[in-house]
Amino acid sequence: MAEEVIKLGGKKKSYFIDKVKEILPDGGNLNLCLTCGACSSGCPATGLDNMDPRKFLRMAALGMDEEIIKSDWPWMCTMCQRCIYVCPMKIDIPQLVYNARGLRPRDQRPKGILGSCDMALRNESTSAMGISPDDFVFVVQDVLEEVRESQPEFADMEAPIDKEGAEFFLNQNSREPVTEPNELLPLWKILHLVGADWTYGSHGWAGENYCMFLADNDSWEKITRTTVNQANKLGCKIFLNTE
Amino acid sequence: MEHNFEVKNIYEYYAKWIREGKLKVNSDWNKDLKIKFTVQDPCQIVRKTFGDPIAEDLRFVVKSVVGEENFIDMQPNRSNNYCCGGGGGFLQSGFKEQRLQYGKLKDQQIKATGADYCIAGCHNCHAQIHELSEHYGGNYPVVHIWTLICLSLGILGPNEREYLGDDLKEVNVFHPETAE
Repeated sequence: MAEEVIKLGGKKKSYFIDKVKEILPDGGNLNLCLTCGACSSGCPATGLDNMDPRKFLRMAALGMDEEIIKSDWPWMCTMCQRCIYVCPMKIDIPQLVYNARGLRPRDQRPKGILGSCDMALRNESTSAMGISPDDFVFVVQDVLEEVRESQPEFADMEAPIDKEGAEFFLNQNSREPVTEPNELLPLWKILHLVGADWTYGSHGWAGENYCMFLADNDSWEKITRTTVNQANKLGCKIFLNTE
Repeated sequence: MEHNFEVKNIYEYYAKWIREGKLKVNSDWNKDLKIKFTVQDPCQIVRKTFGDPIAEDLRFVVKSVVGEENFIDMQPNRSNNYCCGGGGGFLQSGFKEQRLQYGKLKDQQIKATGADYCIAGCHNCHAQIHELSEHYGGNYPVVHIWTLICLSLGILGPNEREYLGDDLKEVNVFHPETAE
């Protein structure tokens, strides 16, 4: 038997899981896992890249940070939160996934997501497809003019942009104005029929935010702030998500 | 972040406007056609933000528009629904093969309902399920709810039917003479 207490060498290393615990309320319950596997059994991403949510959490708990940084799985998990929903301990695995995305240098994250985020940062539209505020205004007015003529029952329909004091501030996925503008019409018609007082913002109208998916916190905040500022500036009471 | 507004989703308002009689939808157009619909509960809107109450609003809207007897729920559903694989940036991540594998569960869930159409509430869901429908050979059309609301109201123009299947392209057309 040893005479002295055996001391484990070195300063305690800082692990990825500890950093995530710090930013989550109650540490995101990340050390309460019972390893029951309810998360993995109901996760569509189970098996992709030889990974599943339970295994991912265990790897983090074991301090396998290098393996986590190398894994592509955090980009195959959609952070849908079904794992939290079914978890008896309500463990926040998606936050672990989100922060794992941020472990890689920005330029080594998936090109498509990176490109969509950079597009949104190009101008005040915040659109992942890069369309400018002027182009957005043009498309909206063009589509509106055409339908007013071709469908006279809607001759007095409006599609306001930057209308001060409107009740609803609407966002719009970029896909409609950019690739299928006629798909804007059903929504506008519904709003017209119910007499809704609504507006788009020339700034921050785009509904998507790929900087969030990129785990680029500063850019995510910048995009969201552009939208929020516009809605505040116009004095809208309700921010209405159209999807 | 400082803000002076509430954040809401339009499903809640569709339901409210139908209940208040401002949107006079009905399902007569589907009485004889009997086309069956199922609906995807978007994770972001249901499980992650507003919970089951908005899933109920969504069902109320869908049933009002297509007819209660023509609606079939996926299993599981509402807050317990499976993600389709279109969220979280997956569509732009470059991992297409894995994304389709992820969505296989969703495709099977939809096929098990036997529905002719899947209504997708959000754009990412729409794009992903549309691709799943083609990839796995189900070929069920995937539509936005606003399309069906306007179809039911008789105000859906001929050029606003991109995502309707052939069985609905000619139904209740508003100003058919303007077809492009």
